Amino acid sequence: MSRIYFDNAATTSLDPDVLEAMMPFLTEKFGNPSSIYSYGRETKMAIENARKTVAKILNAAPGEIFFTSGGTESTNTAVTAAIRDLGCKHIITSRIEHHATLHTVEHMEHFKHATLSYVRLTDKGHIDLAHLEELLAGNKERSLVTLMHANNEVGNLLKIKAVGELCKKYDAIFHSDTVQTVGHYPLNLKDINVHFINGAGHKFHGPKGVGILYVNENVRIKPHLHGGSQERNMRAGTENLYGIVGFAKALEIATERYEQDSQYIKGLKTYMAEKLQQNFPGVKFNGDTNGSSLYTVLNVSFPMNEKSDMLLFNLDMAGICVSGGSACTSGANAVSHVISAIYNGQATDMVPIRFSFSRHNTKEEIDTVLEKLKELV
Amino acid sequence: MELKLPIYLDNNATTPMDPRVLDAMIPYFTEKFGNAASRNHSFGWVAEEAVDYAREQVAKLIGADPKEIIFTSGATEGDNLAIKGVYEMYASKGNHIITCTTEHKAVLDTCKHIEKEGGQVTYLPVQADGLIDLKELEAAITDKTILITIMYGNNETGVVQPIREISKIARKHGVLFFTDGTQAVGKIPVDVNADGIDLMAFSGHKMYGPKGVGALYVRRKNPRVKVTAQMDGGGHERGMRSGTLNVPAIVGFGKACELCMNEMESEAKRLSVMRDRLESALLELEEAYVNGNREHRLPHVTNISFKYVEGEGLMMGFNKNIALSSGSACTSASLEPSYVLKALGLGDDLAHSSLRFGLGRFTTDEQIDFTINAVKTTVLKLREMSPLWEMFKEGIDLNSIEWAHH
Repeated sequence: MSRIYFDNAATTSLDPDVLEAMMPFLTEKFGNPSSIYSYGRETKMAIENARKTVAKILNAAPGEIFFTSGGTESTNTAVTAAIRDLGCKHIITSRIEHHATLHTVEHMEHFKHATLSYVRLTDKGHIDLAHLEELLAGNKERSLVTLMHANNEVGNLLKIKAVGELCKKYDAIFHSDTVQTVGHYPLNLKDINVHFINGAGHKFHGPKGVGILYVNENVRIKPHLHGGSQERNMRAGTENLYGIVGFAKALEIATERYEQDSQYIKGLKTYMAEKLQQNFPGVKFNGDTNGSSLYTVLNVSFPMNEKSDMLLFNLDMAGICVSGGSACTSGANAVSHVISAIYNGQATDMVPIRFSFSRHNTKEEIDTVLEKLKELV
Repeated sequence: MELKLPIYLDNNATTPMDPRVLDAMIPYFTEKFGNAASRNHSFGWVAEEAVDYAREQVAKLIGADPKEIIFTSGATEGDNLAIKGVYEMYASKGNHIITCTTEHKAVLDTCKHIEKEGGQVTYLPVQADGLIDLKELEAAITDKTILITIMYGNNETGVVQPIREISKIARKHGVLFFTDGTQAVGKIPVDVNADGIDLMAFSGHKMYGPKGVGALYVRRKNPRVKVTAQMDGGGHERGMRSGTLNVPAIVGFGKACELCMNEMESEAKRLSVMRDRLESALLELEEAYVNGNREHRLPHVTNISFKYVEGEGLMMGFNKNIALSSGSACTSASLEPSYVLKALGLGDDLAHSSLRFGLGRFTTDEQIDFTINAVKTTVLKLREMSPLWEMFKEGIDLNSIEWAHH
């Protein structure tokens, strides 16, 4: 059975060109980058070149880019460091953040390292900037603002520059989880007042097990992992060499292809949204679908009935791969915390489905999925 | 067959990946790319099944239950998670940790971090042969001790600590025992139950698997051990380590463990014969000494000091042709003499003149022949130019000389 993969916000397929770039480092160029002989020097050079590539694309300094094991590690490092090393006593976040952020800030609150505020959402699920300013102004002590750039479930985009300006005004530290936007949008870090962002290779056709943490050169933090001088004493552990090389290559390709891919994928999303609107009465779009939204993600709720109750299961039976929420929480049958937060827990009679696209998807696939949905809903 | 240079003899730093491991990984880079946490579709299940299978392969190698394996990004993360995780989880019981001075930096730096957090750490010295004194270990235990962390095999000398005796002492006093098994697992038989290990970290790239992946073994029964997560998020790895699983690397790590399990016995025999041949040939040189206990030692490692020879010069002599190091990779960029060798009682001069030979699965007899010849030639040449060597040969006791300080 040929399958249709509409779960690209969970993970993407590795680009064959990325694998090709990685291959030498999976075979003959295997040296430990900390070793001083030729095997080590050539791999050290590969890592530093990858760092330069990434930095250039994000318009950052190479010294601001640190390689990690992925988005979750980067978020944990940033949030922990903001509290421990940068004097933040108060955290402002939202209820629609990724669990890597939410569970880390809950941990901080639980152990009384910081107090915690949730910024209000607008009816479309955007961050209420007026409320954010209120929260910033209302706290005498330094705040950490951690808000994701694009929501992984509904796709809402944050006004990252505006948030950055607010943080600057109130001397707050700003972390933005950019896992869904690095490799999907051009980011100019010189132009955004942000202290930390993170990225994960596998969200843009790069490898799993590798990510970045950008740390603005104006802040100094201590490492999260101890035990070696790798990453300029910031992240101990033998580097995931081929992963780092693959990350840079994938970001390079994504950047080169941005114009065409983003237009194409946006076309897919719009097409599917229109067709759903026309053919499925009672369908509800979650988030700001037609407004400020990630072009890869379309989150739709179908009215709950006997048939739609088994929708995810039946879609899978039909070879259609989608998700009810994020992959990280899809094991639990609980309602997505994001959907729940957007509707204040009021949307329980709906079945939310996330369709997320990549450049490998086609309109024909969408037609097939729409036909199947007609049977299943 | 012509010998291909440079020869790689630094398998304690990292190992080349076994082609069979790469073959196992490739499908998970390409068509089987799913997120193992995607529970609603087959891409996710295929990835999850692969992770489960790898978990069995890893568990089997160390005699553990698959549920006791937590995948990490490597041994450093495993060391951090075990030590900080136990420190936080068992805070109500105590705040004292016992380790030793020859541990890997990942353990020592984490312990130093714990001290800054208010914890107490005892750093046991080692004896001249690199082994810890079990009596000292037992004497160091207090009613506040929650963890003993002593590595299985040392990364610089290959010295294997008396793991079973250590765990007996730990058990007797109700203290958890964590061991950094990075250099030992896959090379010598390690069995968490027979050895009485409660937690153990190890990594893929030291056993012909991929970099960027490792495991932490966490005992589930007798006693049930828990660690506080150091990375919060989606609750992967039973809540102990969040983050999207690195599926291809985990598959490769599993395969690497399976291969080590199947080939360990014959490979250990082959390597120890080769290592012994290398060692005895080099010991034919005057004033050459093996560092660390030669009996309790990993089969593929030897660390030798060549007195009256400058280590850097020694390395320069054959660096182009033989890749090896004078200490651990993690500290080799610094010019400091090895703290491990200094802990064994070596002076700076001897510590500086040491070489670590780490043989591996792809080491051949021809490579060993070449190495013996190259090292011997270099040592002899350097000594010929050395005034210290000349004085030694003239019978002058160098320790009796008072050097002018400048």
